[in-house]
Amino acid sequence: MSGASLRAFVVRRLLLGVAQTVAVVLLVFALTEALPGDAAVALAGDQPDPERIAAIREAMRLDRPVHERLADWAFGLAHGDFGTSLTSGRPVAGYLADGFGPTLLLAALTVALLVPIGFGLGVLAARHEGGPVDRLISSVTLAVYAVPEFALGVLLVTVFALKLAWLPPTALGYGTDLLAHPAALVLPVLVLLARPVCSLVRLVRAGMVDALASPYAAHARRYGVPGVRVRYAHALPNALAPAAQQLARTVDWLLCGVIVVEALFVIPGLGTVLLNAVAERDVPVVQGLAVVFGVLTVVLNLGADVVARRLAPRAGVAA
Amino acid sequence: MHEELFPGLRRRGFLAATGAASLGALALTGCGGSGGTDSAADGGDGTPKRGGRLRAAFAGGGASETLDPHLASLFADVARAKALYDKLADYGADLSAQPRLAAKWESNKALDRWQVTLREATFHDGRPVTAKDVLYSYRRIADPEKAFRAKASLEPIDLDASRATGERGIEFVLKRPTAEFPNVLAAFGAYIVPENAGKDDAADFDTKPIGSGPFRFVSFSPGRSAVFRRFDAYWEGAARLDELEIVVAGEESARVNALLGGQVEYAHELNPTTARAHEGKGQIEIVRLRNSAMQAFCMKTDRAPFDDKRVREAFFLIADRQELVDGALSGAGVIGNDLFGKGYEYYAADLPQREQDLDRARALLKQAGAEKLKVTLDTSAVAAGFTEAASIFKDQAAKAGVTIDVRMGSKDSYWSDILDSGTLSCYRSGAMPIEAHLSQRLLTDSTTNATQWRHKDFDALYRQAQSTRDKTERAAVYGRMQRRLYAEGGFLIWGFADWIIGTAKTVKGVEAKAPANTLDWARFDKVWLG
Repeated sequence: MSGASLRAFVVRRLLLGVAQTVAVVLLVFALTEALPGDAAVALAGDQPDPERIAAIREAMRLDRPVHERLADWAFGLAHGDFGTSLTSGRPVAGYLADGFGPTLLLAALTVALLVPIGFGLGVLAARHEGGPVDRLISSVTLAVYAVPEFALGVLLVTVFALKLAWLPPTALGYGTDLLAHPAALVLPVLVLLARPVCSLVRLVRAGMVDALASPYAAHARRYGVPGVRVRYAHALPNALAPAAQQLARTVDWLLCGVIVVEALFVIPGLGTVLLNAVAERDVPVVQGLAVVFGVLTVVLNLGADVVARRLAPRAGVAA
Repeated sequence: MHEELFPGLRRRGFLAATGAASLGALALTGCGGSGGTDSAADGGDGTPKRGGRLRAAFAGGGASETLDPHLASLFADVARAKALYDKLADYGADLSAQPRLAAKWESNKALDRWQVTLREATFHDGRPVTAKDVLYSYRRIADPEKAFRAKASLEPIDLDASRATGERGIEFVLKRPTAEFPNVLAAFGAYIVPENAGKDDAADFDTKPIGSGPFRFVSFSPGRSAVFRRFDAYWEGAARLDELEIVVAGEESARVNALLGGQVEYAHELNPTTARAHEGKGQIEIVRLRNSAMQAFCMKTDRAPFDDKRVREAFFLIADRQELVDGALSGAGVIGNDLFGKGYEYYAADLPQREQDLDRARALLKQAGAEKLKVTLDTSAVAAGFTEAASIFKDQAAKAGVTIDVRMGSKDSYWSDILDSGTLSCYRSGAMPIEAHLSQRLLTDSTTNATQWRHKDFDALYRQAQSTRDKTERAAVYGRMQRRLYAEGGFLIWGFADWIIGTAKTVKGVEAKAPANTLDWARFDKVWLG
C-alpha cells in the first residue's frame, strides 16, 4: 500500500475521530444534565433547604441557561482551558493530571503484560490445536473470563492479602506514589489483566488456527520452510491484525475495569475522579474526562487500524 | 456520600446539620463528658503512652475535598476539621452543649443577650484566640453571598449588633430569646478560624490552615490523605499521638481490608455484617456508637392519606420495629418510639413503647375510610438499610391491607427530592440536640420540614421553651411537644442505628459512648497506641 493512501486514510480517520469526540462530549453533557438534581443539590446533601440550594446555585453560576454554560466551557476548551470544578472551584486540569498518573500506570502495566501473555498463550494453544494444552488453555480462559472483576478482586484480596498476607490488601495511604510500593500493584493489575487476557488469547488462537490452515501456510510448508518460520513469519502477522484491533478495544475496556479496581484497592485515579464527579454532578470535571477518554479512544483505535493495515493489507480494513 | 452495583461505592458519610439554638446551661458544669473509654481492648486500664502515628480511614469526598472547616459536610471533613480547629462548645454524649473554647456563657434575664468568655488558647502560629477571631468566623459563616452549612444554625444571632467586650469577651445579641443558645455555639461546622483566614484566598485553607485544635497541619492531598502533627501547646493538653493521618476510601470492604492488613489502625463506618464477622475474634476491635442515626419513615401530614391523623396512627401501629431493626440494620441498633433523640437530653423516655397492633391499625384505617389504601414509598440507596427497610415495611403493611408501592430514587438528589414531593419516604438523621431537630424540621418556617408539620400552637410551644430560663420547666415544655408528635406526628421513627468503628488491637482510648457527630466521636487527641 502506498504512503499517500495511508496518509489519506489517517486524515480521514482523524477528522472522523474529532467528530466522534465532539459527539461523545455533547452526549455526556446531555446525560449529566438529564440526571436528577444538579451540583447544588448534590452539595446540599441532606440539608436541602431550598434557599441554601438557590444560594449555592448562584455561587456556582448554575442559574444560567444550559447552552450558555456549554458554550462557555467549549470556548475555554478551545483555549486549552478545561474550566474549574463546580464543587471545589479548583481547575479541572489539576483533577485530570492528578488522576492520570495512577490510572496510566495501571493501564500501562496491564498492557505490557497483556501482550506477551496473550500472544504467547494464543500461539501455544494454536500449535497444539485439539491437544490437552489447547484444551486446558481454552477452558481456563473461558472460566476466568466468566468471573466479574469485582468478585475476582474480592477473592484475590481474601486469599493473597488477608489469608496468606503476601501482599497489601489495598493501596490506601500510598497516594500517587504507587511505584514505590510495587507489592500494592500486583493484585490490581491481576484483576485488570484477567478478562482482557482471556479474550485476547482466544482471538489469537483462532487467528493462528485459521492462518496455519490457510493455503499459503501449506504452500510454505511444501517448499520446506521450517515450521518456526511458517508460524512466526507467515501465519502470525495475519493472525495479529484482528488481535491488534482487539487490543485497542481492550484499552477502552480497561477504563471500566479501572473504575472497579480503583474502588476496590483505593487507588485515586481517573475512575475514582469520574465516579465522584458524576455523583457530585460536577459537570466541568465530567466533561473534561469525556474529552480525555474520547481522544484516547479515537487515537488508540486509529493506531490499531493502521497497524492492522500494515500487517494484513489484503484484509482491507474499512476506514 | 455514592451504589447499586457495588453497595457503598462512595457512600456519603452522614451529613448532620444542627439547627438553630439549644441548651441553656446558665452555669456550666462538667467537662466534655469523659464517660469511660472503650474498655473492650484491655479492660480499659493501662497508662496512656505517647508517640506513634495513627492512620484512620473514612469514607471520603474524593478530589473535591477541602480543609475549609466551614464547608465540612462529610464525616471525613469533620474528622479533619476537629483535628485542626475548635468550636466554642461541642456536644456531650447526651447531645447537651459542653464548653470548649468558650470557658463560660451567661445570659441576661430575657435570654436574648449572651456574654461568652473565651478560655486562654492559642492558634498553631502562636497567636492567642480572641473575640475578634470568633466574630470573624461567625460572620464568614453567615455571609449572605455564601451557603455555608452552619449558616442556618447561626441564624438567631444578630451579628451586626454583637461585639467584642474585651480580648476574650464577646456579647452576642440575639434576634429573639434563645434558651438553648449554647447549642448554636456547638453547631455542626461552627469552627473558629483566625481573623481574616481565607479572606483573600480560600485556597489557603488547603495549603496552610491555622487552627487552635489538637493537631497542626502537615500535608493534604484531596481525596487521598491528610497528615497532621501533635500541637504541643493545645489548651486541653497535648495529644498523645505524634501524628495523625486521615485517609479516604469509599468502599467499606477496602476500609475493612486495610484495617485487617495493618494499613490503617482505625476504620470508620463499617457494616453490621462486617462487625459481626470480626467481633470477639481477636483480630480487630469493634466499637459500636449507640444511638447515632435515627431511622424513620416520613409521612407528609399535609396531604392525603396522611392528613388524617388516624391514618398516621395506623401506620405507627403497622410497624414491627424489631423486625425492621433486625432486617434493615442487621440487628445493629435499637427500636425507636416515634420520637427523635433516644438517650439524649430532654428525651421523653416516659412514653410507653409502641407495639405492632394490626387489628387496631385496620380499625383506624376503616374509620378514616382508607381500607384499600395504596401508598407510594420513596426510597433510595442513599443510606445503608433504606431499600431493605422499604421492602420489609411493604410486607408489614400488606398484613394490614395496605398496598405499598416502593419507588427507587436517585441517591445524589434524594434529600432534595423527598423534601416537598411524594407522600411517604425513608428518612434518617444524624445526632443533634432534640431542640435542633424540632427547630429544623417541625416548625412552620423550618428549612427542611419533610413531614410538612405546620402548627401555630406547636410553634408557640417552641418559642415558650426558648424563653424559659428554668431547665425543669423547659424540659416540661419539650415533653408536651414530644407527646404531641408521639400521638400524631409525621415521623414514624422505628429505630436508632449504631455507628460501627473498627480499630487495631493496639489502639486505646476510643470513646464508645459518643454518637457520631458528638465531641468524643473521632476524637484522636484522646487516643493512644499501646
